[in-house]
Amino acid sequence: MKSLEELRKLRKDSLDQVDMRRSGKGTRIVVGMATCGISAGARPVMMALVEEVKKRTLQDVTVTQTGCIGACRLEPMFEVYRAGEEKVTYVHMDGEKAKRVVAEHIVNGKVVQEYTIGAYEK
Amino acid sequence: MELYRSHILVCGGTGCVSSDSLKIEERFIDLIEKNDLKNEAKVVKTGCFGLCEAGPIVIVYPEGAFYSQLKVEDVDTIVSEHLVKGRIVTDLLYKESIQEGEMQSINDVGFYKKQERVALRNCGVINPEVIEEYIAYDGYEALGRVLTDMTPEEVIQIVKDSGLRGRGGGGFPTGLKWDFTAKAEGDQKYVACNADEGDPGAFMDRSVLEGDPHVIIESMAIAAYAVGANKGYVYIRAEYPIAVNRLQIAIDQAKDMGLLGENIFDTDFSFDMEIRLGAGAFVCGEETALINSIEGKRGMPRPRPPFPAVKGIFNKPTLLNNVETYANVPQIILRGAEWFSSIGTEKSKGTKVFALGGKINNTGLLEIPMGTTLREAIYDVGGGIPNGKAFKAVQTGGPSGGCIPAAHIDTPIDYDNLIELGSMMGSGGMIVMDEDNCMVDIARFFLDFTVEESCGKCTPCRDGTKRMLEMLDKIAAGTGTVEDLTKLQTLAKTIKNASLCGLGQTAPNPVLSTLHYFMDEYEAHVHEKRCPAGVCKALLNYMVIDEKCKKCGICAAKCPVNCISGTKGKTVYHIDTEQCIKCNACLEACPFDAIKKG
Amino acid sequence: MKELVEKVLTEENFQQLDQQIEKVRGTKGPLMPVLTQAQKIFGCVPYEVQKYVSDELKVPMSDIYGVVTFYSQFSLVPKGEYVVGVCMGTACYVKNAQPILDKISEIIDTKTGETSPDGKFTLEATRCIGACGLAPVITINEDVYGKLDVKDIPGIMKKYQG
Repeated sequence: MKSLEELRKLRKDSLDQVDMRRSGKGTRIVVGMATCGISAGARPVMMALVEEVKKRTLQDVTVTQTGCIGACRLEPMFEVYRAGEEKVTYVHMDGEKAKRVVAEHIVNGKVVQEYTIGAYEK
Repeated sequence: MELYRSHILVCGGTGCVSSDSLKIEERFIDLIEKNDLKNEAKVVKTGCFGLCEAGPIVIVYPEGAFYSQLKVEDVDTIVSEHLVKGRIVTDLLYKESIQEGEMQSINDVGFYKKQERVALRNCGVINPEVIEEYIAYDGYEALGRVLTDMTPEEVIQIVKDSGLRGRGGGGFPTGLKWDFTAKAEGDQKYVACNADEGDPGAFMDRSVLEGDPHVIIESMAIAAYAVGANKGYVYIRAEYPIAVNRLQIAIDQAKDMGLLGENIFDTDFSFDMEIRLGAGAFVCGEETALINSIEGKRGMPRPRPPFPAVKGIFNKPTLLNNVETYANVPQIILRGAEWFSSIGTEKSKGTKVFALGGKINNTGLLEIPMGTTLREAIYDVGGGIPNGKAFKAVQTGGPSGGCIPAAHIDTPIDYDNLIELGSMMGSGGMIVMDEDNCMVDIARFFLDFTVEESCGKCTPCRDGTKRMLEMLDKIAAGTGTVEDLTKLQTLAKTIKNASLCGLGQTAPNPVLSTLHYFMDEYEAHVHEKRCPAGVCKALLNYMVIDEKCKKCGICAAKCPVNCISGTKGKTVYHIDTEQCIKCNACLEACPFDAIKKG
Repeated sequence: MKELVEKVLTEENFQQLDQQIEKVRGTKGPLMPVLTQAQKIFGCVPYEVQKYVSDELKVPMSDIYGVVTFYSQFSLVPKGEYVVGVCMGTACYVKNAQPILDKISEIIDTKTGETSPDGKFTLEATRCIGACGLAPVITINEDVYGKLDVKDIPGIMKKYQG
């Protein structure tokens, strides 16, 4: 170890690995990972979300999983919870769509209307 | 760097390992592999989570699901439900973490709510065998800053300003100790860490070493820089194989990364350290005895002065601190002396780790701010006394401490309050006793311990404690006299005043404090030949409660010496106390609770 | 007892000890680490081993004997096939460890601190092993049994009596 900078760089890299163990406040993205969700392709969505959140070093965003959200025909799906905002449910997701949601909704605060359950039901 | 969607933290503390947490870890790894989740879920073996009562414990993140008292076969359910389907297995969760059907964050569970984790902050959070995880949580940052940015004097000043006092028992101001060693003259100096945690019922140092070994390395390096040493020794008792193993791994990793060795952080500072094993002698927790032991001698204390700061290991100036003391230092450097001194009471700053055990619901390890009351520790964090029994006393400070009765349960915990109550902080053992514990017996238990562990060097401790034990034996056997009670007190005071080291000077405390607070129990043993708690065998009498006896004869059938008489279905049974050997068999056998002892 | 000691004094064991001595030769205060290793290798530190260490490290025999008899981890004679340790830490003691110790002593007919005549069991009252959450606790070699009641003891001991 030659310098503090070297140490801090190592810390930054290592922190990504362990960050999820902090108790998350802020934004929660909950992916439906029941059998139905997984068979519809929820795993790549989950991993895309995890990677995107890390890549953008988003603070206070946790990606977590839940069981059956209750609308199997709309899988894969996930929900975004933010303090003071109504829950937004995104349906028929895939990896690319998930990344767009992170970019537009999580980072810029603009809900991607066309993917939401509301848009689909109409 | 690999990313995972789930982290499965398995407690690898001694308590959980003893109840098979390693098999649980294996099973997780196995099933994750089989379910093809290898790239998504990661198993991390951590140090102690603290709530040993609920062990073995597993926490799954990011949900923070706190699974407790797991069996190996439960792993199958967790993998197939939680990891594969994303459904938390509510039935296996620690029951207090569920409220109104909803899972709470573990930080909101009663046991953790009042805790403030400084020394234990990484325990149960990081994998102690991976240096990067320690670094991720600010590890070695303090050492880096100290070496590149601060003078030794500035480091000592921060430690002084923080108000940190020795966590091993005495409570001597840590900054002063550092100052003395820094100012001592010598071409070679040493820093040493006392990890010879010998107090029965105390396991906080072990948990730090098992859960966060790097913090000790970092802190000792900081101390070495401050006092001008280049070599460190960690003296660990041999009964802690897991701790020894993890610390050795940590030392090797730190060496590989250049955080130990020559020119650390490219400065002139060089530091190396090694582990020395104890070999089962309680007295080696005393600093001068520990020094003798490191040198390869019998662990007998030396007279002080000269203090170790002047003449320590191999007669060189030596700084000796305890594990928990060291564990606080990097945080003090990073967050400042004011932050640390804002926690706690006027004269006792910061937090203290306690090992809570005995008759308590949440056995385990807790870290609370100084000034928390005993009641909060025992009832709010500890969850109270099991089986609806009444609280009788709490023993703090191990064989050097005393028993504090219910009347003082609202006392805020700090060094000075505990001494005033005739006990002491000690290393932090906190054993709760209920109405079924006899205080004479407890005093005898501790005296028995000191008699066996006395090194034999000085007469007051070697012979005095033995004589005290004999008197207590007499009292417990029902042959004690009033003179024995006065003699006990006089002898106790002599031993306190005349012994060479801390072991002897504090050995009478368990007796003095119980005499002070529970004289009525001693008197019952002496005058009435009765043990109110029903523990001292010689004083017990078993009796049939006539009104409750259903004349079934089960007790008579169980009695190994045939001293219970009666006629089945006709007369109530009767125990011949002259012949009774007090084996308890009848009491255990009676289906109607019709037999009592007292 | 003598035969038991002779059994462990093999050439192979002495070779292993040699390796350990070489590792620490030249360091300061090597006696304790060497004796710890000797205890591990031989299962005890009898006279012959003490003499060997004395010659190798140039430490007087009297010092070595003093150290070996001072620390409870060192023993002069080999221990039994199964070492039964009953934790007598405070947490275990207040939860009735004493009756458990008495019961085991009765079952294997061996006093605390001694080895049964057939060399099968050594009964020890150990210091706190730190598993207070499992109190009262006993260990039999590597096996740990916790949250015990006296009633559990005969069943557990049966497994080892064979």
